Amino acid sequence: MSYELSHLESLEAEAIFIMREVAAELERPVLLFSGGKDSIVLLRLAEKAFRPGRFPFPVMHVDTGHNFAEVIAFRDREIERLGERLIVALVQDSIDAGRVREETGPRASRNRLQTTTLLDAIAEHGFDAAFGGARRDEERARAKERVFSFRDDFGQWDPKSQRPELWQLYNGRIRKGEHVRVFPISNWTELDVWQYIATERLEVPSIYYAHTRQVFERDGMLYALNPHVELIDGEVPFDASVRYRTVGDMTCTGAVRSTATTLADVVTEIAATRITERGETRADDRVTEAAMEDRKREGYF
Amino acid sequence: MVSSTNGHAVPEQPADVRSGEVYVNDVSPLRGRSELLRIATAGSVDDGKSTLIGRLLHDSKSIFEDQLAHVAQTSERRGDGYLNLSLLTDGLRAEREQGITIDVAYRYFQTPRRKFIIADTPGHEQYTRNMVTGASTASLSIVLVDARHGVSEQTRRHAYIASLLRIPHLVVAVNKMDLVAYSEDTFYAILDEMTDWAARLALPDITFIPISALHGDNVVERSWNMPWYGGAPLLYHLEHVVIAPDRNLADVRFPVQWVIRPMNDAHHDYRGYAGQVAGGVLRPGAEVVALPGGRSSRIKAIDTFDGEHEEAFPTMSVTVRLEHELDISRGDMLVEADDAPVVARELEANLCWMGEQPLSPGARYTIKHTTRTARAVVDQLEYRVDVNTLAHDRGAAELGLNEIGRVRLRTSAPLMVDLYARNRTTGSFILIDESSNDTVGAGMVVSAR
Repeated sequence: MSYELSHLESLEAEAIFIMREVAAELERPVLLFSGGKDSIVLLRLAEKAFRPGRFPFPVMHVDTGHNFAEVIAFRDREIERLGERLIVALVQDSIDAGRVREETGPRASRNRLQTTTLLDAIAEHGFDAAFGGARRDEERARAKERVFSFRDDFGQWDPKSQRPELWQLYNGRIRKGEHVRVFPISNWTELDVWQYIATERLEVPSIYYAHTRQVFERDGMLYALNPHVELIDGEVPFDASVRYRTVGDMTCTGAVRSTATTLADVVTEIAATRITERGETRADDRVTEAAMEDRKREGYF
Repeated sequence: MVSSTNGHAVPEQPADVRSGEVYVNDVSPLRGRSELLRIATAGSVDDGKSTLIGRLLHDSKSIFEDQLAHVAQTSERRGDGYLNLSLLTDGLRAEREQGITIDVAYRYFQTPRRKFIIADTPGHEQYTRNMVTGASTASLSIVLVDARHGVSEQTRRHAYIASLLRIPHLVVAVNKMDLVAYSEDTFYAILDEMTDWAARLALPDITFIPISALHGDNVVERSWNMPWYGGAPLLYHLEHVVIAPDRNLADVRFPVQWVIRPMNDAHHDYRGYAGQVAGGVLRPGAEVVALPGGRSSRIKAIDTFDGEHEEAFPTMSVTVRLEHELDISRGDMLVEADDAPVVARELEANLCWMGEQPLSPGARYTIKHTTRTARAVVDQLEYRVDVNTLAHDRGAAELGLNEIGRVRLRTSAPLMVDLYARNRTTGSFILIDESSNDTVGAGMVVSAR
């Protein structure tokens, strides 16, 4: 016995430790689940942290109504398999209640509206901690975010006054109305996530694998032809073999051309890629240079 | 092997000298059994730290094209006149606008042998807090020295913090060798001066490497400009430095984090103590004592989601079941009877202060140590350390933001502590301000009773 852990085993042990700390130190945690690969990994880590017990928190999905059908079907299957409680917070409800106004036009997206739905749901259920699957390798603002990311009672993140995080001694103390976002896989990269999915043989939504889909090109990205988007003059749908690197709304998540139909193919493709996942597939990050930082300050995931 | 007079060495030359751009990101996709190495770097804008990190990321193919395009675009708009790789790490709007680094940034890169996490911290005097944060989890620290200027106050400070935080491995990268004509004498003058300074610190393993981050000399590939240097390039050293013995495998320490009691039909009598191993090797059948209560039992099984294990060692997260039903909860610690930590209410510790309000004797805080939380009162500030000279100021009345000192404190409940030098997990604690909830102090135990 060499008493050495591989890097994935080290990252897994760290993430399990973080989840148990939150369960022990905060009163009402919730796990945010999007159906994407990162939150799929979170669910497996929660199984590792708490089985044979039940999860000491519910799972919550903020549903924009613009999700891929395959992802919603996967979500329901996965929750069924786990036997845990799912809360669905609908952006449509926020729109109907007049909390947010739907964007219009061909580039309309509900991406930004999610923040209000999320914060309302956190307040309604009295959650004081929310697990998210964000990783520091995704984006520059995230590279500076703590594992325990403190949010004030407006849900805002203040990058300049973050608590120092020393050793494994996480400080989750908050006042009433405040909450923490907790990112157990902060130190994982996209490749780590896929290697872990492969090692654990986790099921992921079928859109992560290459398939033929009707797409159109906009701003250099390929989008799925779907009922929630209007084509602009000159955009012509065509069939292409594509897969998704991230799972978000159909309106703002681009596909990549790919022939990777197996997990091994996908991992090989990720190991060789020269473009980050958000750079390649997310229109929501392209709005301004600090788009993610701005949305995080408002309370985004 | 090149040795200095004091016996510190440069690493041995690799047998398989690399040539060309070997670091394609060819991590064997589904096997990938590489180790994790956590690195801390500290330095200011001028010593080439960002350039060095940029080069490591770039040459190991960890910078993506869109990130590089973004850096090029921003460099041009700011009028930098060169590809400013510091923009890769400075992610926040205020940082880019002001050209400063506010906070610890985490960077990731990978070679076939290891995955690296770099905690990159700004090196100005007022950022001791960030340096300590980055150093607290690191196994290796890279300190940069500008070959033109030699050992600076900042270099000494970095080495001191690496020593205070007991980072097992230190690399002194003597940078900008191209600007001193790759002079062997300059390198050895710095090596000797730094070795003298290090003799006053607890630094078990120091390695000196002459580099030029800008031109890539001895970063990924061996430099032909310095044939007098018989050692390995930096990346080779990072890949091969032996880190396994750094963990404590001698003293069993298992802080209980969470108790698993499903109380359902399938697991009616299941009671497992979940936590992360902080020291030693746990095995089924071993006698253990639950502290602070002191009742003993034997390990019945070590459970994980993937099945039972025959052994558990740092830093595995596992669930331990015992033969007997003891009243154990979060904050208790399982240890071996003949090798117990001190069950202490009085601690003497090195403390790095991180609060806006200074620490003054008599103040009360919340203390968090492993999974246990109590209240603490600081009885005495013994001295404040001048981090540039290591002088002790015994007349100091308080400890301000970014200052380091030796304190005595008492706790409201017993803590199971080891000396920090023996175990970085069971020897460390944080202090939390009870009104603001901020983390204000980072402590390392030097004695306990």
